[in-house]
Amino acid sequence: MRGELTLIELKRVSKSYNNCAQPAVANLSLQVNRGEFVFLVGPSGAGKSTLIKLVFREQTPSSGQITFEGRDLSRLKQKELLRHRRRIGMVFQDYRLLKQKTVYENVAFALEVIGRPAKEIRRKVPAALAEVGLTGKEKAFPAELSGGEQQRVGIARAIVKDPLIVLADEPTGNLDRNNALQLMELFETINRSGTTVIIATHAWDLVDRMKKRVVAMENGCLIRDEQRGSYGNEHVST
Amino acid sequence: MNMSALRYGLRQGFLSLRRNLWLAAVTAGIIAISLAILGGFLLLAVNVGQMLRTIETNLEIAVFLEEGVDPAAISRQLTEHALVQGYVFVPKEQGLVEFAQTLGDPAFLAGMEGENNPLPDLFRVRANDAQSVAALAAAIRAFPGVETADYGEELVGRLISVTYWLNRLLLGMSGLLALGAVFLIVTTIRLSVVARQDEVGVMKYLGASNSFIRFPFLLEGVVIGWTGTLVATIALGLGYERLATSLQQEALTFFIRPVTDPAMILPIFGGLLLLGTLMGGIGSIVSVRKFLRV
Ligand SMILES: Nc1ncnc2c1ncn2[C@@H]1O[C@H](COP(=O)(O)OP(=O)(O)O)[C@@H](O)[C@H]1O
Ligand SMILES: [Mg+2]
Repeated sequence: MRGELTLIELKRVSKSYNNCAQPAVANLSLQVNRGEFVFLVGPSGAGKSTLIKLVFREQTPSSGQITFEGRDLSRLKQKELLRHRRRIGMVFQDYRLLKQKTVYENVAFALEVIGRPAKEIRRKVPAALAEVGLTGKEKAFPAELSGGEQQRVGIARAIVKDPLIVLADEPTGNLDRNNALQLMELFETINRSGTTVIIATHAWDLVDRMKKRVVAMENGCLIRDEQRGSYGNEHVST
Repeated sequence: MNMSALRYGLRQGFLSLRRNLWLAAVTAGIIAISLAILGGFLLLAVNVGQMLRTIETNLEIAVFLEEGVDPAAISRQLTEHALVQGYVFVPKEQGLVEFAQTLGDPAFLAGMEGENNPLPDLFRVRANDAQSVAALAAAIRAFPGVETADYGEELVGRLISVTYWLNRLLLGMSGLLALGAVFLIVTTIRLSVVARQDEVGVMKYLGASNSFIRFPFLLEGVVIGWTGTLVATIALGLGYERLATSLQQEALTFFIRPVTDPAMILPIFGGLLLLGTLMGGIGSIVSVRKFLRV
């Protein structure tokens, strides 16, 4: 039942942009199981965002292989690529909400653009908003919400289609510590229902607190991979 | 593409059109002008073609006899010739009368009667069909006693070469205009794409297909192209109908008779509609292409 457990596997993956001598991801091997919660940590420029883009298949590796549910991501045909992306919920540092749409419309949009029927949309959007604690804010526009609330909309949009995995790139980067903590707890709740979660982050104090698997990168290399780990000593002392 | 995708595309497409209404209208206008010129040119070509055919089928060969030749001998040879459909003999006395009538002033010809008549006797000969006219004229020239045989080949030749150059000119002009129109569509749609750039960017992360993202823009372009063409065909159709009716009433000459056969006119208008719609579609595909890469 090997294929049942492993969701993502990177085998000696490297990624260089253009012909840059220093690769953004260097010879990196990593395995993520279904239902795992993984923090991806490391200084700016370490290659965290690139890794996330590789998994989403926004980028393809320069060498090495990435499999998702046993399927080689470099070999997906156009249709399979869409299917792949529809099973991933993306969360961004800058939320990427559409400012001319209401909270409800922003979340519904995720289902509209993949052609889900109106009936399903009417059922799932309120459920997703309830899960992130935004019931009652349906008619608000993003500009009328706090940063933390906006990111909750972003998370609702990511989970409304019941993804296999949520990929979040610095989701708390623009938020204060309190909001960040609440969002991390929200990600934990989402993970508890079975959704795999990978979060790239700088928020070392939260990482230390959550006691989850920590994958640390530097200069494109994997330098540490610990279950129930911490961000790293250099930050604990500051 | 399912129902909800269709609904989304329609809504977004028409929202964009409304936002860019003025530019869309100008673009549709340019398309209308370029296609009206193209359509006008096609109508002209159809009519000139028909006119040339009418002239050719009605061509008579004027056979001028040498001085003192017996018309009866020529007449016999014409009757026997396979390509001849019919002929009339015009003696030089009658020729002079006809000439005077054309000039409208009998006094001008005073003193040219009888011995002084400068005109030759002639036969007016009709061929079996238009294709045989040239061959028959050549055959008749070889008859003994025939001075020459003309059928207005210069006129036909000149008409053909004028038409040829007119065709080139108009085709080039409408081609340039059409190119400009496509360019305008590309610009218009690009504005719509830029106005919705956030949305397009997010859609790709949400797993929208390229065709889903493209559809509203395609719709916008096609509607603009189609509107322009519709205006062009209606204007052209009304204008042509007017012109045709007035020409028929004037009954200028037998060969300026406008083509009104729907089997010849409708394909032109159908082709224009198709072309305008295609121009709109191609313009928007070109416009959206570079935004779809992820
Ligand atoms: N699109 C890109 N083109 C060229 N270089 C890039 C691109 N994205 C990232 N890089 C480079 O790759 C390296 C890793 O960047 P990134 O993956 O964004 O790291 P992180 O998210 O950990 O800060 C950096 O040196 C960065 O400059
Ligand atoms: Mg980054």
